[in-house]
Amino acid sequence: MKLFRGSAVEQGRGAAAAPSKARLSRRSSGFAELVKSLEGTEPLCVLDLGSTSAGNIRFLTERGHKIYSEDLLQASSDPELASTNEQGVPGVDSKLFLNENLVFPGAQFDIVFFWNLADYMDENLVKPVIDRLWSLLKPGGLLLAFFHTREAGPDAPCYRFHIAGGDLLEMQPIEARRDGRKGDAGSGFRLQRVFNNRHIENLFRDFASLKFFLARDNIREVLVVR
Amino acid sequence: MDTAKNGDFAHIGRSVIVKGELSGSEDLYIDGQVEGTIELRGNNLTIGPHGQVKANINAKDVMVQGKLDGNILASQRALLAKSAIATGDIVTQRVAIEEGAYFRGKVDIQREPKAEAAGKSS
Repeated sequence: MKLFRGSAVEQGRGAAAAPSKARLSRRSSGFAELVKSLEGTEPLCVLDLGSTSAGNIRFLTERGHKIYSEDLLQASSDPELASTNEQGVPGVDSKLFLNENLVFPGAQFDIVFFWNLADYMDENLVKPVIDRLWSLLKPGGLLLAFFHTREAGPDAPCYRFHIAGGDLLEMQPIEARRDGRKGDAGSGFRLQRVFNNRHIENLFRDFASLKFFLARDNIREVLVVR
Repeated sequence: MDTAKNGDFAHIGRSVIVKGELSGSEDLYIDGQVEGTIELRGNNLTIGPHGQVKANINAKDVMVQGKLDGNILASQRALLAKSAIATGDIVTQRVAIEEGAYFRGKVDIQREPKAEAAGKSS
């Protein structure tokens, strides 16, 4: 697993150009597989862990599903969660994070959209978050995750994925948040690591099964069954 | 959703702080701070861009332009404007969320049965 240490992009660094605001379209085999469950008549409970997406909320509620929306990446950048480990390495307090996030009393989910969060979250959070999602998913529930392949570099822009219909997703570069929001760091998110297949299998070892889809844009899509 | 054009609404200004149960039979525009509960069944609520509300809301149409920490029960529609920062659950018939809005919570669309709606409108 490649690690690219560093959290938010430093302010004032002018080397990298800001990503365009335009949305890019991409076909997603993983989403196409998952959408079969969404088109059934049974209302489902869906958890979307990306930033607020009007399109995703509209897509899911139009089909009679309930959607929970929680911007986990933004929440993880809350300065109050900062801590250092025994070696003095800065990170995020995972216990404190899970006390305040991914807390849904009485709710269990049929589908979780994890998107690309694992590639961008603090090292301390990845496994605890996956473990929490295991407990939040119903048996047989589905989790969709995207991972960069080894060809991606540390400056790969962080995208938000919006459901566009069918097997189509729109990718929108995540921009800096406005003031006043929890976790506002005034900057974007930096790629933290690149998982290989074995690391992904290890990450989801408590789940029933994994299905990999490799796309042309070097995103590895994984559909996980609880 | 028209709340400000005809002036027939109550207005809580920016400097006003209210703690407690708010209820009424007219539209309400909040640009100050409210903590408690807001009951406006059959009427509309707007939280203005400077509004900071910590309350569960029960109204007909609810528009959020400022900060809300609480649940929305909107019998017709809930709208989160691009400046909205809303945390809580939304139960309504229709929801609209502008790009740029921040929302954390559940959206549960519960459409009114047509027979019941026809009875109410006649």
